[in-house]
Amino acid sequence: MNIQVNGEWRQIGAQDLAGALEEIGLGGTVVATAVNGEFVPASSRAAARLAEGDRLEVLSPMQGG
Amino acid sequence: MPTPDSLRLYGVELDSRLLLGTARYPSPAILTEAVKASGAQLVTVSLRREAAGERAGQGFWSLIRDLGVRVLPNTAACHSVKEAVTTAHMAREVFGTPWVKLEVIGEDDTLQPDVFALVEAARILAREGFEVFPYTTEDLICAERLLEAGCRVLMPWGSPIGSGRGLNNLFGLKALRARFPEVPMLIDAGIGVPSHAAQSLELGFDAVLINTAVSQAVDPVRMAGAFARAVAAGREAYLAGPMEPRDMAVPSTPVIGTAFLG
Repeated sequence: MNIQVNGEWRQIGAQDLAGALEEIGLGGTVVATAVNGEFVPASSRAAARLAEGDRLEVLSPMQGG
Repeated sequence: MPTPDSLRLYGVELDSRLLLGTARYPSPAILTEAVKASGAQLVTVSLRREAAGERAGQGFWSLIRDLGVRVLPNTAACHSVKEAVTTAHMAREVFGTPWVKLEVIGEDDTLQPDVFALVEAARILAREGFEVFPYTTEDLICAERLLEAGCRVLMPWGSPIGSGRGLNNLFGLKALRARFPEVPMLIDAGIGVPSHAAQSLELGFDAVLINTAVSQAVDPVRMAGAFARAVAAGREAYLAGPMEPRDMAVPSTPVIGTAFLG
């Protein structure tokens, strides 16, 4: 299905958020996730089903002021 | 022997009154050295989109953890209550801290906080157990609302973020300091040179948060050290009790006993 990952459309085979993270090469990394603007805690990623057109945000620690 | 003079923020004691931002350094190595030279025990961090396969954020996070400092995640670039609250949730999970520097930007040219949205977001987050550091203006009523909302620390701006203009509204900042003498207040944003930082501490502000003034200096590590000394001097001066300025001259050398040599 087509999912928007950090603003870019991608074809994702996984059906859930945990699988999608693995698929895009960010499995096992320290990131925070949100689907369609709603925060999804790490503990809920395996249970979070994705649907066509979902907007996924994957955020990582970055420099900040 | 001087009495211990630590800064207490949400029950956590810090020896350094200089908080350092981690953005815009020439390199990770210079960032590391600047943090060390500043003596900062608390640094601000952020969350950004991770490019797939790049893992830049992972390297940054490991660098910060190796420094052994506390982190204060921000909600920079958030323009609405919802964005800021969601970002705070995400930051709490990633950084493992209930502390959040709450920024809700209202206007892009000045990066002035939208204080109405700020108060609303602060109320939601405080209720959820966050310990909120709100980036605010010097407005007294806004400060009062933030305290009512559950904030126990305030972070008024000196001047717009990254502008280096120092304390833009001295009268307003003094009034804010005087109105809430017990609330820890950190000057956040706009500090350009160490004298601005010293001035902030001399006025009784409890700490300063510096980023651009250090990271964009020609020699950031050296500037970090300069800020550390200015902050320490400003704090000492505040504790020593500065004299009141006067309009007319007062001779510092005693007048009594002056020889008549005319």
